[in-house]
Amino acid sequence: MLETTGMGLLSVLILLPIVGAILTLIVPDQFHKAIKGGAVFFTGLTFVLSLGLLKTFEGGTFHFQFSEYVEWLPQWGISWHVGIDGLSLWMVLLTTLLTFLSTIFSVYVNKRAGAYFAMMLLLETAMLGVFCALDTVLFYTFFELSLIPMFVMIAIWGGANKKYASMKFFIYTLGASIFMLIGIVMMAKLNFEATGVWTFDLLAIQNSVANGTLWAQAMQIQPLIFWSFAVAFMVKCPMFPFHTWLPDAHTEAPTAGSILLAGVLLKMGTYGFLRFLLPLFPDAVRQFANVFVILAVIGIIYGAIVAAMQTDIKKLVAYSSVSHMGFVVLGIFSLNHIGIMGGAYQQLAHGISTGALFLMVGLLYERIHTRKFKDLGGLKAQMPWFSALFLIVMLSSVGLPGTNGFIGEFLALMGAVQSSFAGLYGLHWWMPVVAGIGVILAAVYLLKMFQKTFYGEITNPLLKRLKDLKRWEIGLVGVFVVFIFWGGLYPNTFLQPMERSLEAARLMSISGPGQGPSWSDKSHEINDKGDLVVVGTRTESGGWDKEHPGQPIMLANHFVKPEPTEYTAPQPPEAAHGGGHEEDADVEHAEEEEAH
Amino acid sequence: MEQWTMPSIDWTTLMPTIIVILTGCAALIVEMLRPKQNNNLIVGVSLVGLGGAAYCLLSHLGLPEISTLNGLVERDRLGSIIQLVLVGVTALTILFSEPYLRNKRIAFGEFYPLALWSAAGGMVMASSENLLMIFIGLELLSIGLYCMAGLSREETKSEESALKYFLLGAFASAFLLYGIAMFFGATGSISLSAAAGAPEGAQGLLTLSSMMLIVGLGFKLALVPFHQWTPDVYQGAPTNVTAFMAAASKAAAAAAAIRIFSAFVPVQDFWMPILYWMAILSMAVGSFSALVQKDVKRVLGYSSIANAGYILVAILGAIKSGDGNFAAAIYYLVVYSAATVGAFAVISVTAKAGTEGTRFEDLHGMWKKAPLAAGTLVFFMASMIGIPPLAGFFGKLLIFQTAVNGGYVDLAIVLAATSVASAFYYLRIMHAAFAADETAIPTQAAPVRGGLKASLIICAASTLILAFGANKIITAIEGEPEPAVTVALTGE
Repeated sequence: MLETTGMGLLSVLILLPIVGAILTLIVPDQFHKAIKGGAVFFTGLTFVLSLGLLKTFEGGTFHFQFSEYVEWLPQWGISWHVGIDGLSLWMVLLTTLLTFLSTIFSVYVNKRAGAYFAMMLLLETAMLGVFCALDTVLFYTFFELSLIPMFVMIAIWGGANKKYASMKFFIYTLGASIFMLIGIVMMAKLNFEATGVWTFDLLAIQNSVANGTLWAQAMQIQPLIFWSFAVAFMVKCPMFPFHTWLPDAHTEAPTAGSILLAGVLLKMGTYGFLRFLLPLFPDAVRQFANVFVILAVIGIIYGAIVAAMQTDIKKLVAYSSVSHMGFVVLGIFSLNHIGIMGGAYQQLAHGISTGALFLMVGLLYERIHTRKFKDLGGLKAQMPWFSALFLIVMLSSVGLPGTNGFIGEFLALMGAVQSSFAGLYGLHWWMPVVAGIGVILAAVYLLKMFQKTFYGEITNPLLKRLKDLKRWEIGLVGVFVVFIFWGGLYPNTFLQPMERSLEAARLMSISGPGQGPSWSDKSHEINDKGDLVVVGTRTESGGWDKEHPGQPIMLANHFVKPEPTEYTAPQPPEAAHGGGHEEDADVEHAEEEEAH
Repeated sequence: MEQWTMPSIDWTTLMPTIIVILTGCAALIVEMLRPKQNNNLIVGVSLVGLGGAAYCLLSHLGLPEISTLNGLVERDRLGSIIQLVLVGVTALTILFSEPYLRNKRIAFGEFYPLALWSAAGGMVMASSENLLMIFIGLELLSIGLYCMAGLSREETKSEESALKYFLLGAFASAFLLYGIAMFFGATGSISLSAAAGAPEGAQGLLTLSSMMLIVGLGFKLALVPFHQWTPDVYQGAPTNVTAFMAAASKAAAAAAAIRIFSAFVPVQDFWMPILYWMAILSMAVGSFSALVQKDVKRVLGYSSIANAGYILVAILGAIKSGDGNFAAAIYYLVVYSAATVGAFAVISVTAKAGTEGTRFEDLHGMWKKAPLAAGTLVFFMASMIGIPPLAGFFGKLLIFQTAVNGGYVDLAIVLAATSVASAFYYLRIMHAAFAADETAIPTQAAPVRGGLKASLIICAASTLILAFGANKIITAIEGEPEPAVTVALTGE
């Protein structure tokens, strides 16, 4: 069992916004300057604290770091177990950054300011919790908690059709995720049958999956539980048949809500794929990977075509999200190293570029209160700064080389090509080819949007009085632009720390029982070639001494095809070992191979 | 002739019920001594009495489980917890009743003694294994409710509600009594513990008896198909009475149902399928009928039908899995009571100058006029939907767990599906009060202060406290946990 560690940096990060939320609620609305200042302060502080994670984060391991474990409801095996790996590290930073920036933008909000900023802060807690939780119920807690603030934000500060959009958003996501709760309970029960311990801890459950005991007796229900999880994440993503809530929610949400919705909330779905589906349902993932890839391809094309038809700039960006998130799914379910890296990178890139697009649309809307193309046009001369920045952001969304959007889409497509041309997991060669057309279509609709907004004659007399961006607004967008180029020109900053974690998730999904990595088994590590190796030596008490590693022993290499070796009869062990531990046998066997 | 000896009486066991009954008497006397004056003193007396009863009950939780008065009254964890719920619900209702009754222009002091005696009836019902005692408790509970439902004498809908409740209630009581008679015929005893020792040949009679008891309890719990009275009565009765009815009568009936159904395990093959379908129908009918309602009290009436279905799922799961652990049902009941009383307290804000508006439009703009009420309503509705980390979520999680353990995955799925449907109308209520701006017709809202404020804050806080202190609550329900069986994770 895990030892209680007490609360640390991650808990502070997660709970700090809640403190801010309570404070903004207490202050009466007439002091709205104090409320806004407080909200900016709290999100800023959270962002600064989250940068502290980078300082001691160790990129060379796939195990969770900054782990904290406190028993919450011990009778039910629920605990406050949080920790981050490379994947969640960037999601946490993206969350704190986007929340901070969208809070600054929100100084435009005056209606019911206290409640507004309380909801922003509550949403930040929920999002951070999702990316840090290592207990399935804790994860679900934050996953669902995010619904309330988003619902309230759309319902109160939204556009004309806000009631419908907020209800649709809530019911849609709740409807999908509540079945995941049953799935979570079923997983705990299967784990209980396998190990005799009733726990919702992700690490414990994953360990039972990795050593094969969990599914050994329940192979036939794996697809059922798999889909209960998968649909929840597919709706959140959103993937093609489940995407209809997204355009409504995006269009009606206030600008900050749209930024966070597109930038972070959608990523909860793809994060869920990587954190839960791949590690927990290896057989089902391999079996159904083609379903996901086909839906992703449909989503890429469909989202792009529908986006091209829009007359509302915000709706266009919303549909472009459906298309872009398709690449994330495409990459992840290629189930190879490059594809998963690309998918995970595209998540971050989309968060930055689409967040920036929504921010700029919001800045425009605050000035002219329209988003229809027919009311726009010729803004380039009127707002030179705005149009220059918009161009950069738009091109990163297109995926122009040199911007972050290119890296993600390229890697994801490359991964898909590798898997599908090899005929793995039921993928066909045409899938990445069709998806590639989506990149061209993205250029079509985004360039069209840029042309209709910025070029041509000014037809709307209102636009003549438009002022360019203020300095602080340029700074706000500038932060996004910095990340767009940083991510496009030197992506290794972001790819490097994720690599081991993503490789671990991949190995978990494609390895047979007892061969893949386990988060709770610290004696295994992934080396820089992507091999799963044993570090540390066996101590007399049967544990692993990680301080004095012996020769790293290769357990599996999934990058390189195994060379056919001649069969040698196993030698009888010379020294008698106590207990027939499975791993003992493995290690010995491997040691013998090394000796050859 | 056999010498009759006085049974030994454990007065501490009986004390909470006695205190509540005496408090009711005291409240009536105060009302008589101070006619036509405000009822604040009555409220004070009632709260002090309920506080005393709650103190006794809390001390009971640490005492061993015994049976006294010749087996007529039990002192066990189930009984004590449900009695605590009843006392708490009564206190919270009384807290917000005074401003409401005054705004509704029905500020008669009778409400308080009636509520207290009704609660005492529920307490008797919850703490007995003897069918006759359960029946007496049920009647005591119901008679008070019949009177209270008709408290608003000027309104025909209140009268209609009282009469409807009375007629159908009397009918259901008759079924219950008939079931008890058959039980006596089958076992020669009216103690539930006799069911296990029923002779072979009496199985048929015992089965029939269980059917009759299901009818009687189904009415009190508002399970489909015995639910038709619920929306009408909930809508017609004064809002504070509805709050009391929704929480107290359900808690007491659920306690009796737990005792009765676990006693009838020998003939479970017959009644289990019936209750299985009743649970499904209750969840479905309750959730889907509420979607088309225009009146918030009616919506909450249908929601109480759906919630009765959830509680039934928890009871069935616990019986089927055979461990007899009803923690899920009881915990959910506690959570449901807090949120329901709170929700009705919020609705009571709309009463002013003898009228009250309970349609959705009447709640619009409440966030401006009564921000505390609208704010706490978010908690109550979110807890009802089952949004973590509020208590309603853990209630549902626990029910899922119990259902899966009992092999009722299908019931868990129905529960999940109906929860989604129910989210829609809970959201509508939340939206009307917290998000929607006021329409052209001005809505009314009474000032939120004093007892109402306290009641709202306590209810909202308890949706959080019950969640974060859930392990303490479960320990109180289950008793000290036995040392858990730990097997090494590595599977060595």
